[in-house]
Amino acid sequence: MLGRLTIDALPFYSWVAMAGAGVTVLGGLVVFALITYLGAWRYLWREWLTSVDHKKIGIMYIVLALVMLIRGFIDAIMMRAQQAIALNSEGYLPAEHFEQIFSSHGTIMIFFMAMPFVSGLFNVVMPQQIGARDVAFPFMNALSLWLTAAGAALVLVSLVVGKFSEAGWTGYPPYSGIQYSPGVGVDYWIWALLVSGVGSTLTGINFVVTILKKRAPGMTLMRMPMFTWTTLVVSLLMAFAFPALTVVAIQLGLDRYLGFHFFTNEAGGNMMNYANLLWIWGHPEVYILILPAFGVYSEVVATFSGKRLFGYDSLVYATACIGILSFTVWLHHFFTMGSSANVNAFFGIATMIIAVPTGVKVFDWLFTMYRGRIVFHPCMYWTVGFIVTFVIGGISGVLLALPPADYLMHNSTFLVAHFHNVLIPGALFGYFTGMNYWFPKAFGFKLNETWSIRAFWFWLIGFYLAFMPLYVLGFMGMVRRMEHYNVPEWQPYLVVAAVGAVFVLIGIFCIIMQFYVSFRDRAEAVDTTGDPWNGRTLEWATTSPPAPYNFAIIPNVEDVDAFADMKRRGVVGVRPAAYEDIVMPKSTGAGIILGGLAFVLGFAMIWHIWWLAACALVGSVVVLILRVSNDDDEFIITAAEVEAIESKRQFSQFKIATDASVAGRPRPDGQPAAGKI
Amino acid sequence: MSAVEASALESEEVVHLGGGEEFEEREFGFWLYLMTDAVIFALLFATYVVMKDNIAEGPDAKSLFDLGHTAGETLLLLLSSITFGFASLASLDLKRGQVIFWLVVTIALGVGFVAMEISEFVGMIAQGAGPQVSGFLSAFFTLVGTHGLHVSFGVIGITVMIGQIAVKGLTNPVKSRLYRLGLFWHFLDIVWIGIFSVVYLPGIL
Repeated sequence: MLGRLTIDALPFYSWVAMAGAGVTVLGGLVVFALITYLGAWRYLWREWLTSVDHKKIGIMYIVLALVMLIRGFIDAIMMRAQQAIALNSEGYLPAEHFEQIFSSHGTIMIFFMAMPFVSGLFNVVMPQQIGARDVAFPFMNALSLWLTAAGAALVLVSLVVGKFSEAGWTGYPPYSGIQYSPGVGVDYWIWALLVSGVGSTLTGINFVVTILKKRAPGMTLMRMPMFTWTTLVVSLLMAFAFPALTVVAIQLGLDRYLGFHFFTNEAGGNMMNYANLLWIWGHPEVYILILPAFGVYSEVVATFSGKRLFGYDSLVYATACIGILSFTVWLHHFFTMGSSANVNAFFGIATMIIAVPTGVKVFDWLFTMYRGRIVFHPCMYWTVGFIVTFVIGGISGVLLALPPADYLMHNSTFLVAHFHNVLIPGALFGYFTGMNYWFPKAFGFKLNETWSIRAFWFWLIGFYLAFMPLYVLGFMGMVRRMEHYNVPEWQPYLVVAAVGAVFVLIGIFCIIMQFYVSFRDRAEAVDTTGDPWNGRTLEWATTSPPAPYNFAIIPNVEDVDAFADMKRRGVVGVRPAAYEDIVMPKSTGAGIILGGLAFVLGFAMIWHIWWLAACALVGSVVVLILRVSNDDDEFIITAAEVEAIESKRQFSQFKIATDASVAGRPRPDGQPAAGKI
Repeated sequence: MSAVEASALESEEVVHLGGGEEFEEREFGFWLYLMTDAVIFALLFATYVVMKDNIAEGPDAKSLFDLGHTAGETLLLLLSSITFGFASLASLDLKRGQVIFWLVVTIALGVGFVAMEISEFVGMIAQGAGPQVSGFLSAFFTLVGTHGLHVSFGVIGITVMIGQIAVKGLTNPVKSRLYRLGLFWHFLDIVWIGIFSVVYLPGIL
């Protein structure tokens, strides 16, 4: 009746595991009690859980990302604590528990922290940047959110019921095969990835169509804001890379569930297929995480330097170039696994070539700041911190791209240091920047700056303390994922790294304080005009928070930096003679129901509860058929309602300076001194 | 231009397969979805090609594949694409009965195809050539089975489609769905031709 699920699945075997389960259950209960106490269930269901509004979906994605960030960070600091004390001893974590922790840390940070953060920023910002009222497929957008949440829920549940995978976040067979990992852990991992991976593929399709079909009149491709460009490239990567993850997860699942021989050691299985398929998804994934942050930095640097983005065209081409090249380098993740020298050389060179467009971007940001009137908003702190730190990570990446060097460094903590060095500043700092930059757009008040700057310093210093020692340890021969060790020379470095993790912990605390203080003092930081930073792109033309339809009148775009151009032309705040009815998509519970059914399907498959899995599958198909047969999925906001909302709004009073006056030195021919018109 | 010609041109614009321009985004999105599905099949093909000689102790392709059987499957599936085409053409003239008739024929052919595939699979498993025997057979069953699963979902889709046409008539949203379902069905034909040329033919030759 309950398959493999017995009372033994509960973690009564270890105090540490029980504490983890207890915190998870308690956290869930507290949230549940709080919502009930506030009587907010109906509000939550009507306004949020069933919403297909891209702005609300975006906010829910980011809430999920922040929750999972804390969960993933707890894993991180536990690992650092273990390695700091586990010299010639077992430390405080048994080996198999340590393995679960590094597996869940990677899985959570990539799939359930970074991916939702990316999708969240896309959702909140991109439709407004292109002057659209919604995404192309609002229901599918909600479905993507709830599939991602279902995957995250599976990972969280694994903490309470059963165990998580011990096979690392990449789940290499044969170790992840049924022979060596007979428990439910790898199955949790597979189903979390499958469910959320489908969501990501759908997000990719949705946003490609949105950007290519729903731009405001006059917004040609080469007038799109940089963040929208990165969204487009990333969406293409999501649509075309995630199917590879789906395939490889299904094949591993077939090996485990039905005794197939894709990746087994015997009967003609071939583990190398797994490595190839996984990284055919995995390397584009790196750029799926990093390019959106590059988009954020591009917007922020231009706004807070008071100048047009330097080298817009080159940034567009660099982004597209990175997108294409990202599909040509996957083999550098396993140089040491038996390819010929020529194959390794090809992929090594392709990898180094990616550094070129990335370097172009760094120079573009620097030149945007050059002769700008830089406002030292926290966003600029995060951006400058990123540029400096990311360059170090990039250089260590070029080093690893040399196959002979990789033979020495692979699987060592040098590699761990490298990819954290690109992903923390290159992705996470960018998401934080975006969060600080667009928060007033989403909520109508600005975030506290003092706490953001504190968070920045703790994160930056914590990052250096935590990961620079790992570079050194890599050179000293320490391999990754060690539960304990017997080399006394390593310990001082590992203690420093643990101290770095504590700094990051304080950084996270500062971010929580930032939210608290900002909410408490929100009356003093209200964004009345929708344009708190003298912004340059169209999302600042809407109110903060925007009306459901974003734009009462779709703007006409005549330039890159469309909103800056509108301010120059003096057409901001010009009211039309008459408003029109606006058609908007209706809320629907189908998204969250399908997400819930996907969770049940995954859970039932993990525990071999076949009847429940069959019910969930049939249920999903029925809900889907009902939903796609529905022709009544839109409603009308009448012109009168639109006018009532619009007549209350205030418009931006900012004047935008020309680039020439910002740079302070007009050219003799009267052309602006910096930037390209 | 005479008034007659002008109205003829206008009416030509109305004759748009798939319910009109308001559904253009959905059509484009569906094309993108098909491309993601094509990536899935491409990787399954690649897996098969890499593993086709990994027969371990099991039987090889030559002793398993039956060209006559495969030709029958091909005939059914290609014919079903033609009958779906007839349904699409009938939808242009808003002939509800004809559309439903051709869709029913398509379902019959599709079900026939899936039945033949299942009988092939069952036969192979019965003679000790199941997917658990070797890497080659794992890859074979996964590739061909994934295609068969798609055809089965297509059959469910056509069934729902018939229901919608019967209840709602050939409204624009329904025509748009019919058009996209048609893209899906024809796409499966193309994949099958790939399977025929990459799996069965080289296996027998």
